[in-house]
Amino acid sequence: MSNTDPESDVRSASRAGAGGRLRRPEGAGGQGAGIYEVFRRERKGQAFEHAGSVAAPDVAFAEAYAHEQYGRRGESAALWIVPRDAIREIDDFPDELGRNYHRVDGYSLKVKLAEARERAASAAGGNR
Amino acid sequence: MTGSAGRSSSPRDDDVLLEIADDELVVGWRNSEWTGIAPVLEEDVAFSSIAQNEIGHARALYGLLADDADALAFDRAPDEYRCAPLVQLRFIPDWARTIARHVLYEAADELRIERLKASDDPDVAGLAAKIDREEVYHRLHAQMWAERLRDEVRYREALDELWPYAAAMLERDLRPELAARLELELPRDKVLLGLDRGVHGEDWPALWEEMTMVRRSVPGATW
Repeated sequence: MSNTDPESDVRSASRAGAGGRLRRPEGAGGQGAGIYEVFRRERKGQAFEHAGSVAAPDVAFAEAYAHEQYGRRGESAALWIVPRDAIREIDDFPDELGRNYHRVDGYSLKVKLAEARERAASAAGGNR
Repeated sequence: MTGSAGRSSSPRDDDVLLEIADDELVVGWRNSEWTGIAPVLEEDVAFSSIAQNEIGHARALYGLLADDADALAFDRAPDEYRCAPLVQLRFIPDWARTIARHVLYEAADELRIERLKASDDPDVAGLAAKIDREEVYHRLHAQMWAERLRDEVRYREALDELWPYAAAMLERDLRPELAARLELELPRDKVLLGLDRGVHGEDWPALWEEMTMVRRSVPGATW
């Protein structure tokens, strides 16, 4: 099932990987049990996009479940199934010194352009 | 039912097509009883999807046999259905027996679909090929459960119990191959007594009653 809070998902990934998330019969939570993220390609040539996730006792079940949940209506040309534990999330991007020239939005062309237009207009007005 | 297509050198066996269609309808119906109550949600979705595929296969097969697939599916008397005793059995809430039937059924179904794919009738062969494309995933699903439950006593017992039913489901000449693929011993004829296709077990009347209930509630209606 897909989750709406990716942060809490990632934090719980280690617990799920250890068999803590799902209640399973004795001896069932073997290697590979946990959450698998599913990526979906709608048509050949398109990029894979995150579709959701499935909980499964191993990778074979994960493939079967993903196949039924994200492919049975013909909505996918291909799927990627990735154990959530294999995903590394990076979400900390410090910019303490405010070096905005590192960023694509650091140099605002819109503002500079407006200023330039204003200068040009007032210069033209002054000449008249 | 319509007559044979007349295009093939050997006549199309409509009786066999009806048997398979009835099996698919009823096994799909039985599997769909797990919708909403399967042991885990992911399995609920997957098993329901498989159930829906089976009913879809039934619909396509009925469509080869009659102009009105619905009438053929739902408007027959209980004893006119040709489904095998294996698919009639109600297993809720026994997951081990459900999976044992699933594993046995898919293995048997594979053999007869292979036969249909080799049919001289292009409609039959073409439909069988389409059906088989979906059945591949049913078999994968069944296989992965079989491996998972292999050492589970309840599952082993269910397999032993249901194996004669599965053998009886197939035409006689296909049974040895099924036994070989499942690595099981072919049941003696004595064991197969009462498991013939056309026999309706004690679970059947209630299934038929419910399956046809809505159609019968307004006879002759256009839905």
